[in-house]
Amino acid sequence: MHFGEFVRRRHAAGALVVQPRMGFADPALMRAGLVATRGAAATTVGTITLDSFTRLGDPASATRALREGTELNGYPILSHALSATRRVLAGVHDGEFPVQVRHGSARPQDITRATVAAGLHATEGGPVSYCLPYGRTPLTEAVRNWRECCELLLGAAGEPHLETFGGCMMGQLCPPSQLVAISVLEAMFFQRHGIRSVSVSYAQQTHPAQDREAVAALRRLCAELLLGTDWHVVIYAYMGRFPRTADGARNLLARAAELAVSTGAQRLIVKTVAEAERIPTIAENVAALEHAAAAADRAFGTLAAGTLAGGIGAAEPDGGQVYREARALVDAVLDCAPDIGNALVRAFARGLLDIPYCLHPANAGRARGRLDADGRLGWADIGALPLAGVVGEIRGRTVSSSSFLSSLSYVRDTYDTAALTTGTLPALSAGHLVQTAERGDEHD
Amino acid sequence: MSALRAASYPGRTVIVSGLASDAHTWNLVYLQLLIEELGHDVVNLGPCVPADLLVASCDRHRPALVVLSSVNGHGYQEGLELIRTLRGTGLRDLPVVIGGQLGTRGGLSGRHIDDLLDAGFDAVFDDHADSTVLFRRFVAELAEGAPRALR
Repeated sequence: MHFGEFVRRRHAAGALVVQPRMGFADPALMRAGLVATRGAAATTVGTITLDSFTRLGDPASATRALREGTELNGYPILSHALSATRRVLAGVHDGEFPVQVRHGSARPQDITRATVAAGLHATEGGPVSYCLPYGRTPLTEAVRNWRECCELLLGAAGEPHLETFGGCMMGQLCPPSQLVAISVLEAMFFQRHGIRSVSVSYAQQTHPAQDREAVAALRRLCAELLLGTDWHVVIYAYMGRFPRTADGARNLLARAAELAVSTGAQRLIVKTVAEAERIPTIAENVAALEHAAAAADRAFGTLAAGTLAGGIGAAEPDGGQVYREARALVDAVLDCAPDIGNALVRAFARGLLDIPYCLHPANAGRARGRLDADGRLGWADIGALPLAGVVGEIRGRTVSSSSFLSSLSYVRDTYDTAALTTGTLPALSAGHLVQTAERGDEHD
Repeated sequence: MSALRAASYPGRTVIVSGLASDAHTWNLVYLQLLIEELGHDVVNLGPCVPADLLVASCDRHRPALVVLSSVNGHGYQEGLELIRTLRGTGLRDLPVVIGGQLGTRGGLSGRHIDDLLDAGFDAVFDDHADSTVLFRRFVAELAEGAPRALR
């Protein structure tokens, strides 16, 4: 079973597929991590996350770190021999346990070659999402590189699967509609370049109801625009500053699992209790996978009972606010050029896509995101985004360093404060979730 | 010693930069807002800045201070190499500081911090609660023309 098929079948059988962000420099440790992921009390797929030297096209530094015994923050797939990577996977990776390579490179060709040479077919990224937030690669070059990445995947044996990273875009303070739009546009880019099995990502943000509306919008757009393609939705547990308390971290992860289940998303990428401090251990990863799976199982139970809150926008005839904004963004980009890669480049040059706080030279840098008083993520400035008639009036607000810092820490502080003061769940999710699911967490 | 350095670079421009392997941005955006509030102009080079771009930017902008930030765990290793490069290219007197999460296992040891200072950094702001306050004080003193190394 290939990656997309595995996820689809397991979800149809009633499970949320959970996956770690795990990468270790040492092949033996990497293998142990995959074995432990496979053995976790959860429906899992495996991950090999690459180190940042390799991601950024500097494998020589990764090789030197290996030689000198300096720690790396992931598996340096270009520095280890192919035989070493095959030994990492032997007897662990198979149809019952697909493994995905996660990297973050805007120049993914060598990584993709090493991935397929090792017998793997699933990876992730995208011409926008692995370019703008990271590094300095020109967007035109990233588009060319990702085109080649699609060709390399199609040239290898096996059914390739590509996941967009567009639902993350900086992790925080990018309003959900633009996350949804970029995720869909990247999936369309993969589709146009021949990939038949894709997943679209959405990273948990600051407001549970708004997140549900966003995933509903994402699914609606995929249904409209990804015809003839196998697609599923992958939720990322919060990608911004993670709570420092173990209870806060576990509660935030449980909310991500509930978001996935309540919106029909098929896969979840977890975060651990160690996330705020350092690179997590294998045991911490397994604990996170099992915690998320348990939360998902409870949510499936309440979903079956018909009491779990569903996607808000889904109930609105026009799809809701997130859908309206996302559709306007997607349409404006597709109107820029017949080729979707060129369209993305032109859209950024015109500010029709504009990632708040992204410092990449290709990004207009005029749009700004902000948190409302109730934690909803909205626009402080739409710059040249084609949302003038779609977004309501925006009252001006200057962003000071301290208010910016509070926004970045809003989720961490909310979950940590709840864990520290009462031991119960944060107020921001109250009223949106089912009581039985919440009570279960308090005793974990 | 730092007063001399400030005298050598009288401008109010501060360069904020990530390190070559580090793709994180939030730290850089925050530092820009903070340093601007303290009265400086900021040239934000963004993430993943190679050494030659940093050197060229220093030649071009003649900054009063270079602020390097790294949160991906490679800051110690990369910071050591970078400061040796900077100090070796004639930028001997330019105030340069580094901060963030500089190691993969939480805070750096005192020995590692000393390594960075010995290699040429004027201050190291490793990940602990008071680092930002100390950094703010450092920049404020720079604005008054009399920064001092924090060791």
